[in-house]
Amino acid sequence: MTPLLSVQGVTKRYGAHIGCADVSFDLYPGEVMGIVGESGSGKSTLLNCMAGHMAPDAGKVVFDTRTDGPRDTLTMSEPERRMLGRTDWAFVHQHARDGLRMGVSAGGNVGERLMAVGARHYGDIRARATDWLERVEIAPGRIDDRPTTFSGGMQQRLQIARNLVTGPRLVFMDEPTGGLDVSVQARLLDLLRGLVRDMGLSAIIVTHDLAVVRLLADRLMVMKSGHVVEAGLTDRVLDDPQHAYTQLLVSSVLQV
Amino acid sequence: MTDQAYNFAYLDEQTKRMIRRAILKGLAIPGYQVPFASREMPMPYGWGTGGVQVSAAVLTPDDRFKVIDQGADDTTNAVSIRSFFERTAGVATTTVTTEATVIQTRHRIPEVPLAEGQILVYQVPIPEPLRFLEPRESETRKMHSLEEYGLMHVKLYEDIARHGHIATSYAYPVKVEGRYVMDPSPIPKFDNPKLADCPAIQLFGAGREQRIYALPPYTQVVSLDFEDHPFEASRADHPCGLCGAVDSYLDEVITDDAGGRMFVCSDTDYCETRQAAGHRGKDAA
Repeated sequence: MTPLLSVQGVTKRYGAHIGCADVSFDLYPGEVMGIVGESGSGKSTLLNCMAGHMAPDAGKVVFDTRTDGPRDTLTMSEPERRMLGRTDWAFVHQHARDGLRMGVSAGGNVGERLMAVGARHYGDIRARATDWLERVEIAPGRIDDRPTTFSGGMQQRLQIARNLVTGPRLVFMDEPTGGLDVSVQARLLDLLRGLVRDMGLSAIIVTHDLAVVRLLADRLMVMKSGHVVEAGLTDRVLDDPQHAYTQLLVSSVLQV
Repeated sequence: MTDQAYNFAYLDEQTKRMIRRAILKGLAIPGYQVPFASREMPMPYGWGTGGVQVSAAVLTPDDRFKVIDQGADDTTNAVSIRSFFERTAGVATTTVTTEATVIQTRHRIPEVPLAEGQILVYQVPIPEPLRFLEPRESETRKMHSLEEYGLMHVKLYEDIARHGHIATSYAYPVKVEGRYVMDPSPIPKFDNPKLADCPAIQLFGAGREQRIYALPPYTQVVSLDFEDHPFEASRADHPCGLCGAVDSYLDEVITDDAGGRMFVCSDTDYCETRQAAGHRGKDAA
């Protein structure tokens, strides 16, 4: 089986600092990969390198494209990479306002990706936007409201709808539940889990919240100071941590 | 009455040369916004400094110059720009569309079809059609170069969602030769079909934003729309009160404080020509 995404030796330096060093892994279709680690451990750098927002200094990011099979996205031309970014890939930002157009209605936000790939029928665009708002539990009556009038949790769900409307195969998520209160987090996680299952999505989730990866991720990578210190099945890593840092991480979760 | 203190048409020859190069590049890439080193003109930004610079660069002593502002030859802006070139270039001026070789315009295209050999110069306040959707210039340039125009339809989508139809009635975005999306300057969308396949050269100058773009003669220009909400060139549903024209773009003029109003052609030359030919509307004296 061809991996959907194959990351090989990705390295990013900020001058003398290491962003992330020599990260390699394969992600297979339908798999959810969690990346955990403390602030500054290089999780977001790695995610941005994979999603093409940042150019790594070394390494390959090979994606299994629909038309041409596995291709290194870093050597692709920019139009191709941007096309990938609005069809097969999706990126969920930590802060919904980074990923949404705050001056455009909810329907327009969801429809933007459709229009970007050539949809030119207003009725169809609107029907699909309505459908997606329902799937992320936003009342269809709010389709013409701007995201500024939405709560934080709704904004985050709207961002997810906007990203998934074109049926991507790989979703990058950067702390999707950060900044939300616990009950809203739980609902969002439920929703994400359902969507990932139903659509057979592959996802890479960066988070520092171990509960999130426990719920969503099949596999887990633990990062510290730019290096991957431990990787494996989520339950194995969390229940039987081998590396000293992972042990610290797991034991520092508050038990209520 | 030429003011000898100035070079022909106010700008010095090097500046005109620079502007002509931008114009030629614009004509070579229809719809592409060419940056140019816009000069300070002896009038404020927003009064047509871009159009004036383009006019100055294309005028020759043999030209006959016409200026319209919202279609009218006798409004402040039109009168002052016309007298500016009368003084600094000494060119002949006219108000008759068919006689003019260079027409500078603000917000309208003349009703009379233009002919080969004429140049229409538009004054453009904001040349970037994507500006209000994407404020970053670096990003809009990238979108133009990669032909990523989905965002333009988001604006039209918002219109329909809010008003039930495409409510954008001026500065209606167009696609040029299947490539660049262009802001046709704030002309009413009634005028959009006239942009396409026009025998005259159309030049667009934005002074403050320092951009020139152009449509060579007989260029394909398509107004953006949705399949189920097609583009419609709208006009007020009345005949002209003075000349009775039913095919021209109309201004609404309030005549008293008791609800009295009349609709008249915004193109004064067109209206006067029709009146001279004996056409009369219901409000004609």
